[in-house]
Amino acid sequence: MAPAIMLAADAPRLSSANTGFMLICSALVMLMTPGLAFFYGGMVRVKSTLNMLMMSFISLGIVTILWVLYGFSLAFGTGNSLLGWNADWIGLSNVGLTQLWDGYTIPVFVFMVFQLMFAIITPALISGALADRVKFSAWALFVALWATIVYVPVAHWVWGADGWAYKLGVIDFAGGTAVHINAGAAALGVILVIGKRVGFKRDPMRPHSLPLVMLGAGLLWFGWFGFNAGSWLGNDDGVGALMFVNTQVATAAAMLAWLAYEKIRHGAFTTLGAASGAVAGLVAITPSGGAVSPLGAIAVGAIAGVACAAAVGLKFKWGYDDSLDVVGVHMVGGIIGSLLIGFFATGKGQSTATGVFYGDHTFTQLWKQCAGVFAVLAYSLIVSAVLAFLLDRTLGMRVTEDEEISGIDQAEHAETAYDFSGAGGGVAGSLSAPALAAAQNKKVDA
Amino acid sequence: MKLITAVVKPHRLDEIKEALQAFGVHGLTVTEASGYGRQRGHTEVYRGAEYTVDLVPKIRVEVLAEDDDAEQLIEVIVKAARTGKIGDGKVWSLPVETAVRVRTGERGPDAL
Repeated sequence: MAPAIMLAADAPRLSSANTGFMLICSALVMLMTPGLAFFYGGMVRVKSTLNMLMMSFISLGIVTILWVLYGFSLAFGTGNSLLGWNADWIGLSNVGLTQLWDGYTIPVFVFMVFQLMFAIITPALISGALADRVKFSAWALFVALWATIVYVPVAHWVWGADGWAYKLGVIDFAGGTAVHINAGAAALGVILVIGKRVGFKRDPMRPHSLPLVMLGAGLLWFGWFGFNAGSWLGNDDGVGALMFVNTQVATAAAMLAWLAYEKIRHGAFTTLGAASGAVAGLVAITPSGGAVSPLGAIAVGAIAGVACAAAVGLKFKWGYDDSLDVVGVHMVGGIIGSLLIGFFATGKGQSTATGVFYGDHTFTQLWKQCAGVFAVLAYSLIVSAVLAFLLDRTLGMRVTEDEEISGIDQAEHAETAYDFSGAGGGVAGSLSAPALAAAQNKKVDA
Repeated sequence: MKLITAVVKPHRLDEIKEALQAFGVHGLTVTEASGYGRQRGHTEVYRGAEYTVDLVPKIRVEVLAEDDDAEQLIEVIVKAARTGKIGDGKVWSLPVETAVRVRTGERGPDAL
């Protein structure tokens, strides 16, 4: 998050331009969660489409409420270096309409809602690794608990004015550590506990709708401008615009790099590769886009594109079922973007800190980045694994094998994504008494 | 009577329909099918994971014919369906015991 912009001797005043811009950015980031839902939803088989969509959408519900109740206070209040606190923000009960976010030109409400959208999408990101097999009630509870004990503290470390990583000088413009490494490491922790999908590596599990994946990737790319450029909380010094440009540049480079890698390794330019490459680039530029030049952004994107394309194959080699490559794209991409700041930071963007290739050619910033990356990765991996373990022992994390094979959409949501029967074949046309009774029985069983 | 069944490449459907109409066939049934013969399938790649898709899309055309017409009809279909490349499909015929036109109750060849 940006240091305060002090204009002459004046204290910051409310800027209508920045406030309007930030409200639009908040809406853009909100749109990323449905975008992610479609990105993931297209990648699963027909029988789990709705569950995949719902795993993202439920986060819009749960996290919004807990963010208002206590999340914002604990993440962004002034507490200690590990966790924040502000009694006035509990329930947002004592926030003035024009009260400014400290040191900035936008109201607290605007900052709060912008950050809320980040808190929503981060747990949703994890869901891609858990496709086809997690009980919806357990997932909903996981989202609430994970947002509280993992996301909130990590956001405080990285972005809170008194967070330890922020004070150490770890650069994370828009969430390479707090969002992407955090979600990716959590995904890894959870899948190590809950295990693989039935038939992993044996059955073909091809995406059921690549057009949905492309639509989702497009929405993510669009929304990401709000996510990234908005993270400077205003446009008074041009850094937000630099971030906007770098977001586009790195994403383009990463998409091309992933496609090139694929063409050479596997013989085809795939749409899934284009979508995945774009997301890998967006992830990698998220922490770094305010620190690097546009040429640096090309390098960051290209490196992330190739590295993530290579990383997604590891799950088959090592046998962990990172179903939709949350680890391979978000954790790996987040690590790459965060560490490359230590090489490509020019010192002319968001801060004067320079990477190995610039300024005095020192490793100082790289070590700081390593500290941030390692701490978030380790904390999220361990706490998420423990959380999944506890939920598995109590509620049970997984649906039964039968339910998983016949489709989690029917088992958990009592719906089917698509009606393939032109003649309405087999579906009872009205709510017949036996059908109702069967539906109710099923609910009781589940 | 005979039931002639053809499992062929989907893009040959129009040629087959036209050829059958020219021959004087008044009705047929078409269903989407999938399967493989010597063509086997093809390979698809998703994020580096290669899948062999061995069931390829086909259409199944079914026509009822009088015994005397059957051989000729099979020839007509084969000619219309042929591209000369692997995967053109198969045509076969089976004896049919009876057929009934639902609207009128006519039976046998009258129902065709």
